[in-house]
Amino acid sequence: MSTETKEKYEKYYVPEQSPWPIVGAIGLFLLAFGAGNFIQQSTDKVASNDGSWGWLFLALGLAIIVYMLWSWWKDAIRESKQGLYSAQMDRSFKQGMMWFITSEVMFFAAFFGGLFYARALVMPWLAGEGNNAMTHAILWPEFVAQWPMIVTPAGETTEGMGAWGLPAINTLILLTSSWTLTIAHHALKDGNRNALINYTAISAALGIIFLALQVLEYHHAYNEMGLTLGSGIYGSTFFMLTGFHGFHVTIGTIFLIVMTIRCAGGDFTAKNHFAYEAGAWYWHFVDVVWLFLFIFVYIM
Amino acid sequence: MADHHPTGIKRWLFTTNHKDIGTMYLWFSFVMFIVGGSMAMVIRAELYQPGLQFVDPNTFNQMTTMHGLIMVFGAVMPSMVGLANWLIPMQIGAPDMALPRMNNWSFWILPFAFTLLLLSFTMPGGAPNFGWTFYAPLSTTYAPPSTDFFIFGVHMMGISSIMGAINVIVTVFNMRAPGMTLMKMPLFVWTWLITAFLLIMVMPVLAGAVTMMLTDRHFGTSFFDAAGGGDPVMFQHIFWFFGHPEVYIMILPAFGVVSEIIPAFSRKKLFGYASMVYATASIALLSFIVWAHHMFTVGMPVAGELFFMIATMLIAVPTGVKVFNWVATMWKGSLTFETPMLFSIAFVILFTIGGFSGVMLAMAPIDFQYHDTYFVVAHFHYVLFPGAIFGTTAAVYYWMPKWTGKKCNEKWGKWHFWLSMIFVNLTFFPMHFSGLAGMPRRIPDYNMMFAGFNELASIGAFGLGLVQILFLFIVIKTVRSGEKSEKKPWDGATGLEWDQIDTPAPYHTFDTPPKVS
Repeated sequence: MSTETKEKYEKYYVPEQSPWPIVGAIGLFLLAFGAGNFIQQSTDKVASNDGSWGWLFLALGLAIIVYMLWSWWKDAIRESKQGLYSAQMDRSFKQGMMWFITSEVMFFAAFFGGLFYARALVMPWLAGEGNNAMTHAILWPEFVAQWPMIVTPAGETTEGMGAWGLPAINTLILLTSSWTLTIAHHALKDGNRNALINYTAISAALGIIFLALQVLEYHHAYNEMGLTLGSGIYGSTFFMLTGFHGFHVTIGTIFLIVMTIRCAGGDFTAKNHFAYEAGAWYWHFVDVVWLFLFIFVYIM
Repeated sequence: MADHHPTGIKRWLFTTNHKDIGTMYLWFSFVMFIVGGSMAMVIRAELYQPGLQFVDPNTFNQMTTMHGLIMVFGAVMPSMVGLANWLIPMQIGAPDMALPRMNNWSFWILPFAFTLLLLSFTMPGGAPNFGWTFYAPLSTTYAPPSTDFFIFGVHMMGISSIMGAINVIVTVFNMRAPGMTLMKMPLFVWTWLITAFLLIMVMPVLAGAVTMMLTDRHFGTSFFDAAGGGDPVMFQHIFWFFGHPEVYIMILPAFGVVSEIIPAFSRKKLFGYASMVYATASIALLSFIVWAHHMFTVGMPVAGELFFMIATMLIAVPTGVKVFNWVATMWKGSLTFETPMLFSIAFVILFTIGGFSGVMLAMAPIDFQYHDTYFVVAHFHYVLFPGAIFGTTAAVYYWMPKWTGKKCNEKWGKWHFWLSMIFVNLTFFPMHFSGLAGMPRRIPDYNMMFAGFNELASIGAFGLGLVQILFLFIVIKTVRSGEKSEKKPWDGATGLEWDQIDTPAPYHTFDTPPKVS
């Protein structure tokens, strides 16, 4: 019993002191301070803030955060290779990642909630449904409830984005990348290093293609369809949902590129590869979010 | 090596120790408590008499807004996280929090976030002035430029809270000593586990809400603008989807604290342990489906009003279970009334008053009269001050010997308690009456007929504020020259932190997990 307990609860590594958390806090502060000033200075809506130095703090904050993350993970990788991390520690990381992804899901839920509320309730109400006949008659009598909302109550017009061109191709690309990543993950567990590297690289490449196509889509929307962030609630939800998703794909792609490099460098074993698994989970998460986007933003 | 710890400023800046981080959280929350409290003093000074005396209406609005934001995000929440850091590892037999470096990051983000928020006072147009609930379009179309910094400040607080919550959940799920099954955990650990779950579910939604504000303000989106097909009411829905669980985030850990303290001074086991756990979980789950009771007067469909009214009143059931259990724990116990117990008993009574006024507010037709009056202010201050803050205070008195090896002076503690008890009621009880009579909240001037109640409330508030300074002196005096505590200063106390750890707790505890039978 006692040896079993000892094995199961080997000493938990409480890490040495680290400068990175405080560096990260300073970086976040500069990032936030810089972003606030940069936005005020560049969108011309705040007369009292007419400088042009906000981006300096923004860039500095961003640089500090990148440096902090790099160094923090470098320390963690070194400690892992020194064998300081127990199986219990590994579980802490895994559970931490799962709850982090849960919080990300809830971030997207806020925007999906906004989309559903605006479309299912606000739009009919603005068109006079329920007890809102006078709202409709007095404020915007011309307004017609239709989705995509190609004419806003104030009369702003746009076009709706179709689902079966680029977006459908992008769906295929992301689904394929999840599949190739799963192949890579199995290769890692089976000790097949070449397949691991190749399929991880393919997944990352598919992520880059997805992002490139999304840039094309945005370009098309802005320049040919007149669909912008300012196109009423349809444009707002479209760009915020797909935009934040695209941002997460970017993070995930960087994650996969780093994993490819680390795999090529000989990191990870069949049993010990938390970082790789975290990257894979993250990738599947952005994939699932995209499926919801494809259904609720594009198709329906 | 046994109790070696780093010294100097680096000890605090670079620390990975849950006790250091807990201490920093607690001190930070006290500083914020004083900052937010002084804003409350400005509010009560202005409201001492009708008419405008000290501040102009815009400054008054900034005071109510910043008072609320600082108390919620800067004082109450960090104080609970501080307690979690100190207590959870010791109570479940873990050597530290599961992710110690991230723990330090969670803390250090906060001073920077609140620096950013407080900087807004120096900006043209002043600080945010739209109330702590920052309803659109007050916070979008009509808000001062500093709102953008408020938005990023909220993002930083959210990042801090989410990481803190992840740490708590992982610690509880993965770090318990062998034998410490879930249903053996102290109730404080249980309530924090559930609180952490709520935090992870709703802080990202708050981040979404402020992000929509930011893009509405600067990038032309129409989330909260009906002309573009959005809706200002949508902001309220998203905000309160965060906001209602948030109020349980602030109170559940305090439930846990009194569930530890009342049995200790009743010298009995907690009555109905399992029902306490299930009641806490039920309250948390219900908190996700009641948010629109904050918006009964906004013009919702009747079906919505009915649903949210009934769902809200359901919360009274698990809450009643908890109050019943606390009382039943004391029933026929060998009670003694040391300072932590006094604060806990006051918690039960006064929190229940706040709970009852909550049930009154839950009734949609009645809420039409109470909405946005001082009755609401009375209600939520009764659950927050003699609720959350008395809970934290009780915890400080109760665990102070474990933290510092020294006992707080009972005589001074009792002064602190009785003065707080008198002044908290003097401050907030009259607000029920002025509210029922129709006095609106967040307005610097009022009708002559409310003068008496406001005078009482202001006198109470000044007293309440001063008494908290007394608390600061008690804590400092204890740390410096308090009476040395024996290993277990409270004979009825139970739990790993009292039974298996020296007093004061060494810098590192449970390097090897204890056995729990």
